[in-house]
Formats: sequence, C-alpha cells, structure tokens
Amino acid sequence: MKDKKASDSYCLGIESTADDFSVGVSTFKGRILANIRSQYVPVEGGIHPREAARHHAEVASNVLEEAFSKSKIKPKNVSVVSFSQGPGLGPCLRTGATVARALASYLNVPLVGVNHCIAHVEIGKLKTGAKDPVTLYVSGGNTIVSAFDSGRYRVFGETLDIALGNCLDVFAREAGLHQTEGKPFGAVVEDLAAKGKNLIPLPYSVKGMDISLSGLLTALTNLLKRREYKLEDLCYSLQETAFSMVTEVTERALAHTEKKEVLLTGGVAANKRLQLMIKAIAEEHDARFCAIPSEFVVDNGAMVAWTGVLAYTHGVVTPIDKSFVKLRWRLEEVEIPWVE
Amino acid sequence: MGRMNRPLLIKKGAEASLYLADWHGRKVVMKCRLPKKYRPSSLDEHIRTYRTIHEPQLMHEAKRAGVPTPTIFLVDVKNTIIVMEFIEGKQVKRLLAEVSASRRQLLCLKIGELIGKLHRCGIIHGDLTTSNMILSPDGKVFFVDFGLGEKTRELEARGVDLHLMKRALQSAHFRFAGECFDAVSKGYFRVLGCEVGKSVLDKVREIEKRGRYVSERREE
Repeated sequence: MKDKKASDSYCLGIESTADDFSVGVSTFKGRILANIRSQYVPVEGGIHPREAARHHAEVASNVLEEAFSKSKIKPKNVSVVSFSQGPGLGPCLRTGATVARALASYLNVPLVGVNHCIAHVEIGKLKTGAKDPVTLYVSGGNTIVSAFDSGRYRVFGETLDIALGNCLDVFAREAGLHQTEGKPFGAVVEDLAAKGKNLIPLPYSVKGMDISLSGLLTALTNLLKRREYKLEDLCYSLQETAFSMVTEVTERALAHTEKKEVLLTGGVAANKRLQLMIKAIAEEHDARFCAIPSEFVVDNGAMVAWTGVLAYTHGVVTPIDKSFVKLRWRLEEVEIPWVE
Repeated sequence: MGRMNRPLLIKKGAEASLYLADWHGRKVVMKCRLPKKYRPSSLDEHIRTYRTIHEPQLMHEAKRAGVPTPTIFLVDVKNTIIVMEFIEGKQVKRLLAEVSASRRQLLCLKIGELIGKLHRCGIIHGDLTTSNMILSPDGKVFFVDFGLGEKTRELEARGVDLHLMKRALQSAHFRFAGECFDAVSKGYFRVLGCEVGKSVLDKVREIEKRGRYVSERREE
C-alpha cells in the first residue's frame, strides 16, 4: 500500500445509490478537483433499478476518464478509493461498488465504504464552513432531520412513510407532467407552484418530530381525478403544505438541540420556496442558514470522495471482503471518529 | 386578559414561546403560539387556532384519566395563548442521566403507566419525549405539551405514540434507552393488560420496520 503525505494525496469517490452515477476527486485537505455526474432519466415511470444500473455500467468508464482529465491527476496519484456503500437501490449500489473494488485492487490502494446520507452532510459542512449543523436532508429517497450528538449523527425526525422528493415525483407523474435531463419533476412542480394562488386544504401530518406524507399524496391524487382545481393551485398547495411540515420538524430539532447552523441538502434542497422557509426558521432561532452550491446538494461523487478522506484519515478502511453493499444503512449506525 | 407582570421568556420552542408570568398572584406559564412567517397565513392560522383549542381539552381529559397535567387558567383563542399553572420540578430529560439505575427504572415504569392511562381513555399525546415530562417535588410526573395530540383509540396512533417515546429515548438517552423503554413497556402493560400491550408493541415494531433503511425489514 502506498503511504503519502497529506499534501499530495487524493481520494476518488464513486456515487451510484440511485439515478446518478458520479465520480469526484478530493484532496486530503478538502479541495474538490472534479465532480462529474451522469444521470439516468427514465423514459416513463420512476427509476427502474436494473435500468438505472445498466446506465451506470455503460457510462462508468467515461465518467471516470472525465474525472481524471478534469482533476488533472493520474490514476497512480490516487491514494484511496471510496464509494457509496448504502443506503440505496441494490443494482445501482452494486454497480458502483464493483467499479470501486476493481479500481482499488488495480491501483493497490485502500477502499473505503461511505454512508450516502453522511456524505451529504459532510460535503455540506465542507462547502459552507458549517461546524455543527442541524441538517434537513430531503431527496427522492430520504427525508431526515439529523444532528450530531455523542459520536454519531442522530436522526431527530424523519418521514414515517414516503420521502418528500418521492411525493413530488409521484404527484407530477400522476398529473401527467414530464421531466427532462436538468429539469427534474421537482423543478417542474416548482415552476407551476409559482403560478398558484389558492391554498387548498390538505392533510397536514406532523407526529412528534416525524412526518407522514402518504395521506397528502393520496388526497392530491384524488383531487387530480376530480379535475376541480387548477394544476398550478394543486402544485402550490402541495409545496406549501409538505414544506411547512418538514420546516416545522426542522424547527423543532433546532429548538431542541439549540444548534446555531442549519444545513439544507438533497435534491429537493434546490427548491427556492423550501430554501426560503428553512432560512426563515434559521433566522428565528439566530442560526445561520448554510446554502450549499447546487452541484453539491444533489447526489454527487465529490461528497463521497471527501467523506472517504475523513474516514480514511481517521483509520476507517473497508476490506474488499467486507465491502458488500448495504441497501438499508441508517446514518445513526455509523460511528463518526472525525467529529469532536 | 388578566393582569400580568413582566412575562419572562423561559423557552423559545419551535411551536410556541413559553413565558413565566405572574397572573393574579399565581405563578403561571403563558404558552404563546406566535405566527410563523414561513407558511401561508391561512394555513398558519388554522394550525395555531386548532392546537390552541385542542391542547387544553386534551390536558383536561388527561387529568380525568389520572395523568397529572398543569391546570388551565385561560384560553385566548384569538391571540392563540394558553395560560396554565407553572409546575415546579425537574424535566425528566435532565433527571434520567442523574439518578441511579433503580430510580430510573421506577421513573420509566411510572411513565409507562401514565401513557397507558392516556391510551386507555383514548388520548394520544402526539409528542412523547422526556422533555415534555416534569417530576414535581411530591413525586408526580406531569405531562405537558399536548399540542400535537388527538383523541383516538386506533392501534396505529397508539403505536406511533409509543414509537415516538422510544425514539426520544434513543436520541436523548441512547446509553440506557433499552432498559428505559423496557420499563416504560412494563408500566404500559400494567395498565392496559398483556393482550392490548402486546398488540401495541407489535405495532411499534411494525412502524419501525416501515421506517426507511431498517435492516430487520429484510428478514421478513
């Protein structure tokens, strides 16, 4: 194994938990040299795990090559290879893991399996300078409010059923909307919502620190079928109601932990309306709202590379025979030796 | 409203601000649900009004069910303010870490019994955490903050309620969360009986598995 000084060491990170295949390169000091992404866009319906995995396998070598040329490093300069070990879709995770194992063995460097949810938090901290935030992570697969306490990121609140991004996606598909590369369903709904004015009463379900979104989705699909309301108003009401719910539980975590920073990440974090709401509660509690550049809120390889650096430099390595993917890997299961 | 002397902010929560005040010579807590700028005003008003009306009702019913709650003195629906008795005592959240294992056991047993009494009378607390429980000097455990509560006897709601208690123990007291929840369950069983108790605990397990990325779900 190679032993290098921190000043010229690089970690290559591979992300493939869902519809994105992405490769990032980070220096051990946290400079992101490359963050290349290729997204699988289904022709219709949601993400088909096998189809997405097929896409990942097809683009893997190109994305890798591009990451090397963008970062201007050679494969032999790589000191560690990290990959998203979970949670996520099985076939997609396995494709990324296979590429990571092959690369690590070929280069004879250590392999580090990284928890996808933690990677989102860590890249957010790196990019905003946040030290100890309450994080709202909202995407197609996750809706989690977390904060660090005694050695781990703890889940303070989460969805009891479907994820926020999933709720938006399913509604958009039921409404016959279409997504394109670079403009996901969330953005389509956001544009329509901006033209909505009438707030339609919908189920608002906050249970302690947790939320439930399935009732809201059912109510919306029923309203769609009745064709009584304008789609703009439905989108507006969906956003206002669902976002108010996640904002309320985030505020509860903030009041409870009395932390002074709020991080908003995940695909849905790109939504301007949600950003405004979270910003408002941050101000209310004298906390700093940490805005992350959009390239780093979506699933990306850079976050995996950077978290790989943190883990590796604190003694975490994943032997190949223990590098099986973990489809259900809660972020609170992971010990975090790199945070005080 | 009655005469108040300089209210003192004691807790700025997410949902409401709590003020300690003097009300006709009594020490009271004023629970003020202030407007939330982040949500549309119609939704905001609806949520605040609904909770201001329902919370005192549930607190009153809880008391009748044998669960100590602060006495309500005044409900100002228009301004979404509740004035209630100030409970001297210590938050269970702080106590759990300080006391001996055997006292912790007894306290959790007591809490389990109280949750059982609520559920037996069809009351769901909606936010069972150790910061919403206060041990008074005479040894009573007071339950506060019924803002997210509801009236139902559904198994699902009872399960979510106990699940929240378990989660609260895990996030705030992870070192002894297991023993604490076992004692809570024991107390709960005492009040509701084994059959109902078991069905609720089974529900709790089912709800946990429903959660995202729970590894046990795969074993089914």
